[in-house]
Amino acid sequence: MEDIRYEAPATVAAAVKLLAGAKGTAKVLAGGTDLLVQMRSDIVVPSLIVDIKKIADTGTIKKEKGGWRIGASVPCAVLGEQAALVRDWPGVVEAAELIGSTQVQGRATLAGNLCNASPAADSVPALIAAGATVAIAGPKGKRTAKAEEIAVGPGRTSLQKGEFVVSVFLPPRPKRASDAYLRFIPRTEMDIAVVGCGIALVLDKKGLIEDARVSLGAVAPTPLLVKEAAKAIVGTSLDAQALEALAAAASAACRPIDDKRGTKEFRIKVAGVLARRAAETAYERARAK
Amino acid sequence: MPDDVKLTREFQVVGHRKVRPDGVDKVTGRAKYGADLILPGMLYGKVLRSPHAHAIIKKIDVSKALKLPGVKAIVTRDDFPDQPKSKPPYGPRIADLWDTTRVIMAREKALFEGHPVAAVAATSESIAKQALKLIKVDYQVLPHVIDPIEAMKPDAPILHEDQFTLGVEPAPTKPSNVFRVMKAAKGDTAIGFGEADVVVEREFKTQAVHQGYIEPHACVANASEDGSVDVWMSTQGHFVARNQLAALLGMSVGKIRFISSEIGGGFGGKIPMYGEPLAVRLSQKAHRPVKMVMSRDEVFRATGPTAGATIRIKIGARKDGRITAAEAELFYQAGAFKGAEIAAAIGCMYSQYDLENVSIVGYDIVSNRPRIAAYRAPGVPMAAFGVESVLNEIADKLGIDTVDLRLKNAAKQGTVNVQGLRYGPIGFIEMLERVKEHPHYKAPLGKNQGRGFATGFWMHAGGLSCASINVQDDGTVTLIEGNPDIGGSRASMCAMAAEELGIPYEKVTTLIADTSSLGFTFLTAGSRTTYATGMAVVEATRNAIKVCCERAAAIWGVTAEQVKWEQGFAKPASANVGDFAPLSLSELAKKAPMMGGPIAGHAEINATGQGPAIGAHLVDVEVDPETGFVKPLRFTVFQDVGRAISPDYVEGQMQGGAVQGIGWALNEEYIYNDKGQLVNAGFLDYRIPVASDVPMIDTVMIEEPNPNHPYGVRGVGETPIVPPQAAVANAVENAIGRRLNELPLSPPKILKALSERPVARAAE
Amino acid sequence: MARHHITTTVNGDIREVLVETTQSLLDVLRNELLLTGTKEGCGTGDCGACSVMLDGRLVCSCLVLGVEADGKEIDTIEGMAQGEELHPLQRNFLEHAALQCGICTPGFLIAARALLEKNPSPTETEVRFWLAGNLCRCTGYDKIVRAVMATAKELRETTHA
Repeated sequence: MEDIRYEAPATVAAAVKLLAGAKGTAKVLAGGTDLLVQMRSDIVVPSLIVDIKKIADTGTIKKEKGGWRIGASVPCAVLGEQAALVRDWPGVVEAAELIGSTQVQGRATLAGNLCNASPAADSVPALIAAGATVAIAGPKGKRTAKAEEIAVGPGRTSLQKGEFVVSVFLPPRPKRASDAYLRFIPRTEMDIAVVGCGIALVLDKKGLIEDARVSLGAVAPTPLLVKEAAKAIVGTSLDAQALEALAAAASAACRPIDDKRGTKEFRIKVAGVLARRAAETAYERARAK
Repeated sequence: MPDDVKLTREFQVVGHRKVRPDGVDKVTGRAKYGADLILPGMLYGKVLRSPHAHAIIKKIDVSKALKLPGVKAIVTRDDFPDQPKSKPPYGPRIADLWDTTRVIMAREKALFEGHPVAAVAATSESIAKQALKLIKVDYQVLPHVIDPIEAMKPDAPILHEDQFTLGVEPAPTKPSNVFRVMKAAKGDTAIGFGEADVVVEREFKTQAVHQGYIEPHACVANASEDGSVDVWMSTQGHFVARNQLAALLGMSVGKIRFISSEIGGGFGGKIPMYGEPLAVRLSQKAHRPVKMVMSRDEVFRATGPTAGATIRIKIGARKDGRITAAEAELFYQAGAFKGAEIAAAIGCMYSQYDLENVSIVGYDIVSNRPRIAAYRAPGVPMAAFGVESVLNEIADKLGIDTVDLRLKNAAKQGTVNVQGLRYGPIGFIEMLERVKEHPHYKAPLGKNQGRGFATGFWMHAGGLSCASINVQDDGTVTLIEGNPDIGGSRASMCAMAAEELGIPYEKVTTLIADTSSLGFTFLTAGSRTTYATGMAVVEATRNAIKVCCERAAAIWGVTAEQVKWEQGFAKPASANVGDFAPLSLSELAKKAPMMGGPIAGHAEINATGQGPAIGAHLVDVEVDPETGFVKPLRFTVFQDVGRAISPDYVEGQMQGGAVQGIGWALNEEYIYNDKGQLVNAGFLDYRIPVASDVPMIDTVMIEEPNPNHPYGVRGVGETPIVPPQAAVANAVENAIGRRLNELPLSPPKILKALSERPVARAAE
Repeated sequence: MARHHITTTVNGDIREVLVETTQSLLDVLRNELLLTGTKEGCGTGDCGACSVMLDGRLVCSCLVLGVEADGKEIDTIEGMAQGEELHPLQRNFLEHAALQCGICTPGFLIAARALLEKNPSPTETEVRFWLAGNLCRCTGYDKIVRAVMATAKELRETTHA
């Protein structure tokens, strides 16, 4: 019987070495809320588990050049406890706090949610809308990537062998800027998103939208950054016409599937509805600042 | 706070809110459930299951698995004797050992994905799982069918080549997936429809739904070399299980002892056995205890949900609201073996109404899914969904208040139903009047909100129960009964015994006996426990009281007839008998050794005389017109509970059943891929209600006591799942102005319906 | 399978145990430490019956590997009562009949205690959403929510007394 090796290195370099040298499947363990489920149902049979929680850099949240550097093993539950982070990025925090349950949020991480590369991951549309980047360590050294560059297909990432995400970076926020995340699920909690939408807005002094990023989840093999949807509202005060155009652009960008969680038709329709509602919330939040 | 009606004040214990005697163990983690027993030397059992929905099992090779270090025993179909097929005539409920032995272990064919094919006992769970991977099974995959209507089609794959539909003339010569057609009729519906001013005919569809108990099936089997075996099991009926195991394994009942653990939910789903015969055989082969616990995945794939169904309803009524005729055609999915709950549907679906002309036809249809298991009022909720939806529509069409329509047709004492049953006193009319008086009924509704109403009928069970009571010399009392305690029944038994004796509730301890320590007691199911076992407890207690009075009589030198029992004391029956100081239970018990022996009482009964259990639900919902999301806002459950021995736990039954019904109505269903494999075999995608999905569930208990029970008890556990689906569907219709006749009412269906017609605002 | 030697503190007691890599903390608590009060309802983090506190954080023990518990502090249902004195939540669950079969109860108690320690005045909605990860099939949640709200009120009044 194969032994599953478990290691908990104390440094980034040690982790990279283990991952790069692994024979068979090596998996990074932070929160474990996806990995343990996949192992239990034999979807994933790793030969090596690399627990990154003992690496000091992965466990902290700190301000960095006006933005936020969130370590890869910081549980989602911790994010909401940082009042200043919630003020800057309420959408990212509310998305993180929708993953699973209170118990799941006690372990699950933003980095893990991103790297698990589920098309329906809750925090990812919010991260993409926020313009988040990730710091990656690997055998060839460190590099930075955009959040939207990580998932390349359901369950597949652009990370090379030996690489892992060390932290997530949220850029600094100008005045009059905010974000929001909404998802549709058939119950009120616990479900995987049938559609998810993250929107981040920056307003000018007159209250017109100066910059927008719109991201949709669960409507394509990977979460989408929808440039046409952003274009539909830039320069507007999010009036009824702009909202309609936003909704139409969001629906048009969907390439969803029929599955046990929703039909194509339903996802396309609801993507437009959520985009409208998320934009309204982000707009109100930005105006209130 | 619940709105109590006629709650008696004359009782000291019964009807009062008491803390349950097993409560502290359950809030501290001390209580032992099925998977909590650990025995020295214990092995772990795991089951290999068919990945195919329908396949011939040609060969099973366990040789490699047996060689894996740590594997101590393996069983296959060769380790279980075949059983005789039962023959017609069949009663309303099917009990065929030929089927049951194939439920626990496949023989010729795998008939559903998840069907057990082999089982392993090993020294650790991980070794057992490894061993399963080493077992080689040769399958010849066959086409499969799941939906009951599809299974009836002439070219459908046939599950049992020797099944020819019963109940049709002339007798068919081609095998069929329809086991039988059952009919029941009263009067003449053709004439009745002729008299109607409005006739509504609709077809409804429901999906299979699982009972959803949080504790997976679990047991520990401990076989001894003398041929005996102890089985620790989470079950709704350990006596029934013992007898069934004896039959399945060809063992003597006397050699088997079942011990009921605490049980983590059942709702009917823990009546059947699954892993227990496998664990026993493994233990016999390995000569060590074997623990077998299902994973959640196995619970969904391999244990019986309730039937999915197609239901056709046709009801006619006069302008004044009197129903003149009611018909139904029921197509129920039995799973891989016959036995869909048609008889119960026939007996209950129209039975809360006083009808002259009724005709019901039901089809019991097999298909490639686990055999169904009872789910709370089995067979009735789907039929009631159809009936109560159509009645709602009729009320609309006639311009009559929906509750008034029920009042116009309400059954009462003396009403005779479609099966010829005549009712004793029932509280249906009073219940309907209470609905109309309730603030919920007239509360204003907002935008996108709607209100729905439905009623439901269930006829609960009686049956065999035994009880035994022993008096300790300090005046405390031990009560032994045989029903696993799913919902607080021990508290009710203690209450009834304490009430009879006139002693404080705290002086009574109730234990659940193992099968060797008490006479045969039927299931904790069928809403029968407080009724039937309560009756046995009362009779046993009265027998003990008789002994007490005889002892007092002997002490006083009078006859037993001259002694009465009052408030915990033996007293002279009147002043004429003599001036004797009352003797307490404790005093009599202390004298007992010198007076012939310890004081005890026992009873072994077959309880009859049970009466109907009727309920009504009122629910408000809000529908998001842009997404189809349904939010239940307010829910009130009305029920005739006979007499609430433990009001807290009666309310709990009403609330729990209502919320299961909400899940059934909105989100729960089995989803299969095109290979007949379940794709949502877990709580993530099989969506039962979570705490944030539902509001408080208000309860109104109407008490119309059943005079056949010493305390007027009616079974309460199952009725609450009968009305909620129609109540929710009627509320959604009221909110969106569009009727959906297929459960679950999931958002894509609602959104689609909304897009096809303009929304009617409920507030207008 | 090779086993890891871990040292963990459970309900204040230091315990040492050998665990396989694939054993979850839930497996370890139940099968190795014989603490069967924490229950398995699903094994995939969907039902909350396995809820424990890990270094003061509410988690599903089925989603934590046993080996990850090394050096950590774990609180299970067995440690909730203080000797003979039940925690107010335990007492209120009994008073309010907030359990029927009781299998979900340990998970709910651990989760509810975590809520009240974080938020002593939750609204009904906050209670329901915090506890959404704890499934109950018997009660319909009504009496559970009432018991938690009653405990919150009782604890607030005791603190202010």
